Amino acid sequence: MEIVTGVTCPFCGCLCDDLEVVIEGGRITNVKNGCAYSLAKYLNYQRERLLKPMVREGEELVAVSLEEAVERAAQILVDSIYPVLYGWSSTSSEAQRLGIELAEEVRGAIDNTSSVCHGPTVEALQELGHPGCTLGQVRNRADLIIYWGSNPLQSHLRHMSRYTIGAVGRWRRGREDRTLIVVDVRKTYTARVADYFIQVEPNKDFELLTALRMALMYEEIEQERVAGVPVEAIEEVAEILRGCEFGALFYGLGLTMSSGKNRNIDAAISLVRDLNRWTKFVMIPMRGHFNVAGANIVFLWQTGYPFAVDFSHGYPRYNPGVTSVIDILSRRESDASLIVASDPVANFPRRAVESLLENPLIVIDPHRTATAERADVVIPSALVGIECKGTAYRMDGVPLKMKKVVDPPPGCLSDEEILHRILEEVRRLRGE
Amino acid sequence: MEAVLLTGRTLSQGMGVELGKSSSVYYRSVVTCEMNAEDMRRLGVAPGDPIRIITEHGSVVVRVVEALEEVPQGVIFIPYGPMINAIIGPETHGTGMPSFKGISVKLKVGGTAIPRGPGTQPRGNEEE
Repeated sequence: MEIVTGVTCPFCGCLCDDLEVVIEGGRITNVKNGCAYSLAKYLNYQRERLLKPMVREGEELVAVSLEEAVERAAQILVDSIYPVLYGWSSTSSEAQRLGIELAEEVRGAIDNTSSVCHGPTVEALQELGHPGCTLGQVRNRADLIIYWGSNPLQSHLRHMSRYTIGAVGRWRRGREDRTLIVVDVRKTYTARVADYFIQVEPNKDFELLTALRMALMYEEIEQERVAGVPVEAIEEVAEILRGCEFGALFYGLGLTMSSGKNRNIDAAISLVRDLNRWTKFVMIPMRGHFNVAGANIVFLWQTGYPFAVDFSHGYPRYNPGVTSVIDILSRRESDASLIVASDPVANFPRRAVESLLENPLIVIDPHRTATAERADVVIPSALVGIECKGTAYRMDGVPLKMKKVVDPPPGCLSDEEILHRILEEVRRLRGE
Repeated sequence: MEAVLLTGRTLSQGMGVELGKSSSVYYRSVVTCEMNAEDMRRLGVAPGDPIRIITEHGSVVVRVVEALEEVPQGVIFIPYGPMINAIIGPETHGTGMPSFKGISVKLKVGGTAIPRGPGTQPRGNEEE
């Protein structure tokens, strides 16, 4: 029996890096310190795996050699006028970098899954800046925590115990030293353990954020209720916010997916900026996929833009709503797709899925997914953080090393290696 | 009845992804509609009953449960997945992001749920 310590979990944006993985006979048999998601991931990673490269012949996916699958994939990309390269959040930053190089080579559009999660966050951050800090600072210093449109007890299971209300930090002893405010439409499990629960009406977050800003500045709110919340409650919360020593706002898709989208984040940033007149206040988005933050960061340093990057003119352009994957697909502009470590057939609105399936589709993924089943070329890959190493960025922007703890299935390469081969083949086909 | 639909992550949906998208855990989670007990009484539905969710982009049939994480009256919650995405619109309002939360829907009691299949077919079932 072997125990690998200091393993970073490849599930959510918390990137918990204290896992201990128990390996017996080349298989993972237990995970210590992991949450339920982590356990599910490490103990079931061999389920529903893609094991052979395949290409479509008629209705059937037929097993072929890796070389043949890479050649077919490269040919599809070379023949395409405007391919979409999408996914990139459940893989390494090394693979993300190669994906961008490939997108530039084939003059396609490249987008990552933040387009359908925290894309509006990134848009707002670009406009107004980002008062942030590391999760370690929150653990050591924060005496006030807000979860807005986020339910970590269902989505980021160790977030509260490692970094916020339950965490023992240098200057905070844990729950007794911290106040928890939850703002949500639903009375979630997280809301149940809050000191203050503010139940906002659906699609009214912007109004509530604006009212909070007004209350903070002692301005009169000429309503009895805003977004379903009594004005007295808003004023009470504003008083609590002003009075804290170090506040941290964690916000989720309740803000980005509801009406207002990036404007909700604008309002949240403005609130935090206002609060810094009174006290120290920071904000961190609750990122979902383990390396979706890395996708934004790598895209940004490679192209100047965090997602939805279009290379059709030979240089990067960025215009969310135009160059973002849902919009490109909805307008039926693309003529081929490469999907890496993502399942858009299960996760996109129907019109976008129909458009995706009208054209040649290449999938690189460790698992059998609805998207892989509809693909024309399927290349199985190794799981980052389990079967191959790589770099990933935590939700607060801290890069962490992902370890390889077991061998991948025979013949399964990392996304990075597969993309490298496709890139080389594309260049060979184009005579470069 | 008219309602506001929220979609989102749940523990069983997220675990189901790791157990495999053909797993019964995943399938059961993505065909579940969490509802306020008072709304269930008004509609005359019991836990497990089918209900049709209708948007301008189509309709799907899912199973009602009483929300453990309480939703207000007039609000329903369905985990992310191919079932509900089949009836979500592609409009992104210039942001790249479709509206996965706060969607106006109509509810109609009854219907036949989509049979379980690999990946659960990404289309509506208005033909039923």
